[in-house]
Amino acid sequence: MSEPPLLPRDPAAHPVAHYPPYRTTIARSPRQPRLALPPTASELTGPVFGSDQIAPEDDDLLRNHGGAGLPLGEPILLHGRVMDQWQRPVPGALIELWQANASGRYRHRNDGYGAPLDPNFTGCGRVLTGEDGAYAFRTIRPGAYPWPNSENSWRPAHIHLSLFGAAFGQRLITQVYFEGDPLIPLCPIVNAIADPVAIDRLVARLDMDRAMPFETLAWRFDIVLRGRSQSWFETAPEGL
Amino acid sequence: MDHSAVLPETPSQTAGPYLHIGLAPEGAGIRPWSAPTAAASPIGPATPGRHLRLLLELLDGQGAPLHDALIEIWQADATGRHAPKTNAPEFTGFARLLPDPAGAFTLQTIRPGTVEGQAPHLTLWIIARGLNLGLHTRVYFPEDAALFGDDPVLSRIERPERRATLIAGAMGQDAYRHRIHLQGDRETVFLDI
Repeated sequence: MSEPPLLPRDPAAHPVAHYPPYRTTIARSPRQPRLALPPTASELTGPVFGSDQIAPEDDDLLRNHGGAGLPLGEPILLHGRVMDQWQRPVPGALIELWQANASGRYRHRNDGYGAPLDPNFTGCGRVLTGEDGAYAFRTIRPGAYPWPNSENSWRPAHIHLSLFGAAFGQRLITQVYFEGDPLIPLCPIVNAIADPVAIDRLVARLDMDRAMPFETLAWRFDIVLRGRSQSWFETAPEGL
Repeated sequence: MDHSAVLPETPSQTAGPYLHIGLAPEGAGIRPWSAPTAAASPIGPATPGRHLRLLLELLDGQGAPLHDALIEIWQADATGRHAPKTNAPEFTGFARLLPDPAGAFTLQTIRPGTVEGQAPHLTLWIIARGLNLGLHTRVYFPEDAALFGDDPVLSRIERPERRATLIAGAMGQDAYRHRIHLQGDRETVFLDI
């Protein structure tokens, strides 16, 4: 069976590849126009991840580190829905998450920042979305940190998210920022996106409705993956 | 159809230098999961098909290898079927590759079958610090030259030297080598899927 194609990717919704204020893009960004290709089965299929592979506690970064206690920092719930461009929920989508700890330090051999590691925090999580496309992680709010870009570059607090839809062509990696962070407009990684409205779509909102008293604050971040480009979905059983 | 209902896709951001923590934790020196998300090969020893080894090199505009990148592989089985519609044992069709200390990526896999009349190929997605949007590309095999003219990707590339950027080189029996150039005279063809 041949699959319906994906909606074309809108370049204005994404950062440009070559953005000199983000220095690493200078030597790594392709300069030739990409070859437009109607997706074939090779891009309209994709890996499927099952709940037998993902353990329930994998989404709880307060507990999944193997340490004895709780991580330092501000405990938060990061939650939202994954949907396609037609606002249809995407169930069973794998989300992988990684982040710095509350001090702004990553548990990674290449992170030389002097802020301390936290023995009770690894900084990775993963979850499958539910039937309604909903997901939630318990974690701590990451710290801002300096990085070697210009002489005084600081990343706004952010969490990395990787997403699989049903099609390999929907593959997406992004970063979520926190409403009100004054470092967001200063960051060249953010500003590689020209459209301020698109940037705003990467900002999680404080969500007091889901905050747990004396436990966690909550932040809401909805995610939109590419949709299919035909009206076939009206008879399809589920999102993509 | 009501196009005002179409939401814009969530913007991409670079995976950054610490992508291993979330995507390939062993590359960050941690082992958080009881079952990994992805293996380093899309196949197992029992998977039917012609087994092969592909050495991938990923080079920046100065010709330097990327030591902090990750390459995802997606491919069909030897009969041209993608998971989960495959009966091939130990076959997922999906793998994540990390570079070795020299910056090269090694893929152990099987030669995929023909998918919808396309020449056999591997589908690649490349992420790294400095890549603001993951890069889609493909790898074809040199012995399939007779099929390239009807392939929907290769047949759209007019200049032969650009087409060649998607075709691996043979390195003896069942071994191939492929260089991906992010920039420069030999820049690889990347796909807008």
